[in-house]
Amino acid sequence: MSRNSTRGFSYEEDLLFERSRPGRCGVDLPRSDVPELNAGALLGELARAELPGMPELSEIEVVRHFTRLSTWNAAVDLGLYPLGSCTMKYNPKLNEKAARLAGFAATHPLSPASETQGLLALFWELERFLAEISGMDRVTLQPAAGAQGELAGIMMIRAYHAQRGQARTKVLVPDSAHGTNPASAALNGYQVVSVPSGDDGILHPDAVAAAMSEDVAALMITNPNTLGIFETHLAEICEIVHAKGGLVYGDGANLNALVGVARPGDLGIDVMHFNLHKTFSTPHGGGGPGAGPVGVKAALAPHLPVPVVERASDHSYYWQYDLPHSIGRLHGNHGNVGMLLRAYAYIRALGPAGLKRATELAVLNANYLLARLRGAYHVPYTKPVLHECVVTDRTLAETGVTTLDVAKRLIDHGYHPPTVYFPLIVSGALMIEPTESESKEGLDRFADALLEIADEAHKEPELVRGAPHHTRRRRLDETRAARKPVLRWQPA
Amino acid sequence: MLAAIGVPAIDALFESIPARFRLTRALDLPPAASEYEILAEMGALAARNEHAEARAWFLGAGVHHHYVPSAVDALVSRAEFTTSYTPYQPEISQGTLQAIFEWQTMMCGLTGLEVSNASLYDGASATAEAVLMALRISKRRKIAVSAALHPHYRAVLETYLGALDFELVTLPRGADGRTQPSALDRETACVLVQQPNFLGCIEDLRTLASAAHAHGALLVTSVAEAVSLALLAAPGDCGADIVCGEAQSFGVPMGFGGPHLGFLTSRMAHVRQMPGRLVGETVDVDGLRGYVLTLSTREQHIRRERATSNICTNQGLCLMMATVFLALHGKSGLRALAERNLAKAEYAKARLRAAGLILPFAAPSFNEFVVQLREPAAAVLARARAQGIVAGLELAKYAPELGDALLVCVTETASRESIDRLASALAGART
Repeated sequence: MSRNSTRGFSYEEDLLFERSRPGRCGVDLPRSDVPELNAGALLGELARAELPGMPELSEIEVVRHFTRLSTWNAAVDLGLYPLGSCTMKYNPKLNEKAARLAGFAATHPLSPASETQGLLALFWELERFLAEISGMDRVTLQPAAGAQGELAGIMMIRAYHAQRGQARTKVLVPDSAHGTNPASAALNGYQVVSVPSGDDGILHPDAVAAAMSEDVAALMITNPNTLGIFETHLAEICEIVHAKGGLVYGDGANLNALVGVARPGDLGIDVMHFNLHKTFSTPHGGGGPGAGPVGVKAALAPHLPVPVVERASDHSYYWQYDLPHSIGRLHGNHGNVGMLLRAYAYIRALGPAGLKRATELAVLNANYLLARLRGAYHVPYTKPVLHECVVTDRTLAETGVTTLDVAKRLIDHGYHPPTVYFPLIVSGALMIEPTESESKEGLDRFADALLEIADEAHKEPELVRGAPHHTRRRRLDETRAARKPVLRWQPA
Repeated sequence: MLAAIGVPAIDALFESIPARFRLTRALDLPPAASEYEILAEMGALAARNEHAEARAWFLGAGVHHHYVPSAVDALVSRAEFTTSYTPYQPEISQGTLQAIFEWQTMMCGLTGLEVSNASLYDGASATAEAVLMALRISKRRKIAVSAALHPHYRAVLETYLGALDFELVTLPRGADGRTQPSALDRETACVLVQQPNFLGCIEDLRTLASAAHAHGALLVTSVAEAVSLALLAAPGDCGADIVCGEAQSFGVPMGFGGPHLGFLTSRMAHVRQMPGRLVGETVDVDGLRGYVLTLSTREQHIRRERATSNICTNQGLCLMMATVFLALHGKSGLRALAERNLAKAEYAKARLRAAGLILPFAAPSFNEFVVQLREPAAAVLARARAQGIVAGLELAKYAPELGDALLVCVTETASRESIDRLASALAGART
């Protein structure tokens, strides 16, 4: 059999460069209406002779190439994608249509405000939507992703202390935090101090008090935390930090557990980012683009990145650059605007009641899954969870089957695996976030698959340890990839 | 479901939130609207923005109006690309992984370097990340920045560097519009120049690289108009050690400035100092070729506060747009596109000179250049707008020494007729 098709209509597909044939091209330029010129003669040695590494393919070859590639991906539109902390909810098609309107997609960030009033109005409204949802006073829409939002938030905290003549040197980060938290603090020149979670999975006031001093600029906290557990002592913790002049940064990765139910700003959070690609349904795009707006309390508003959108007394909108205590500019333009448009459409489509209902269903779904899995999998913490749950492979210890094997076996059952081995404080964690998008039948099928895998682990452990069996590619050798890196194609 | 969980009502699931913090009112947001209503509402907002499909468009400055072939959006809109996430599970992400590997390969060829990452947020943050990388490699603390770097890139660089111990010096712009390599010494970590520079002039990278290397410094080249890579000498071949910038021109809509596509390439020797994700080739247990995320011990999810960058999510779908765009154009199409941009811009320059306007810089340009006006720039821009022409960027805020001047960008989308109208509008009554 030829290498074209491996199994049914699952195709093999070579690299673009291997498919390339001299002289082919997939585009046509219109006939030129200006004089031809000799670029080489005009530019001399400033010009290049050739384009190494560029393929030559016809349009249909390119279309087939990427269509075939696409069929090798799991996706939300294909099925449940329970990647914990990533909130792989449905991405409404309306949002895609709205963002492609020419009056958005073909606009330029340096067009004057007077010629882009529709966009500025939308920015102004979206800022107020996010402020109301979070209980913050002002919001910058500029950060391009959650991690850039963290960076901006910590910069604002640094500017806040600097304005008060304080050179604080440390940032506290719980041991259950996302890796971006310590990395963002370090990029700001702060020493990162890890604070241990309690045996019940949450942060305790005494642990924070022990680490807190007047050298500490901020505590970064995710709430609910990466175990899906609400930080019940958060208000008291915020008081401890505030009493020593510190600020509290809220990682908004899990805001989808709180929308319409509680507001971080009311809990004592001073600065937080929003992941629009999580809570607000913008697509994850195979790894972005996301968007990471940041909300702040009024005391930090002078430090927002420039420019900010303001509304004049005649209800026209303008860019305000005159913020003398701003941290400066964070993005080359106005941020990932296309994602802002989609989030706006999502908030308009759900409204206040729908947003709250989405939160309730996300929490219901996570708790239902946890109830179904309890017993077959180890549940490391007894505290109630909100939008996601963490279970472990401890019940499988005697079988030799690990969390990684369970994850890979889920693929054979037609599911994208959950986040694995995170948070780091849980050995063998499977972090499961079903989102509100799934029906009870869908959750039951997924739970059935996980229960069946636990059963397989006891009866046929080799079956699980060798998974996946039915994918185009089976387990890949990551050690080899790192040891002898091949990071581009080169002609043989 | 509630019975299985063992609670009487959904509210009981939220009891871990202290009652005093639970909202007792509905959020103060507009009531839910239907799909039809939302499209009408957003359509009305969209209608209040000037855009390039309804105007003769000559505004660039780091965000460029290029034609995007229909196949780009058709392919990128496939849900398997749009609604997947970072390829953490390689067995079911080979589509995204192979496309990133192809992107990395093409960007190495275009920039003349050996390793490319899987994108950064935008040209400005990619440039800041490139400088941070150069600081890590060189272990020095002085950064020499061209005066002709995009002012927004400079601003973002200053924001990113805010907490660090460093010294920024500015390399002056010569009368011909190009950067002069002065003030370099053994403390200089890197020389940062934009190619073509913010004012459209093509820099002599070989001379700048020699000057940087003579002091043991790296040359970092930032590219804001990626189509120029198809025509100009590859920065890596000219001696650049790190090339970074913005690849929006490769099929990504202008979209009011984002999402766009930051990129970064470097020499293999520096790969462990690179920020962002990398895809590498390997084999599976059956010996079949496949791709995985690799060298991730540089990254925040492994190394936390000692990571090379805090970046996590990047610009995956924009990378996919650019990869499809580059595959469709290929070797001959991309070169033809770049040559067409040059030809259109040269035609525009000739028309403006013929109309008696001054183009102050002698250095060659690609598709963007400065023209000095005889009247206040704001008045000229307003006159052009009234004729349906977005004539360029007023430079008073960025380069006041040039007087009433515009930065004009002419891509393949400009017709000869629209260029002629531009020349008339800029020249005013005297033509």
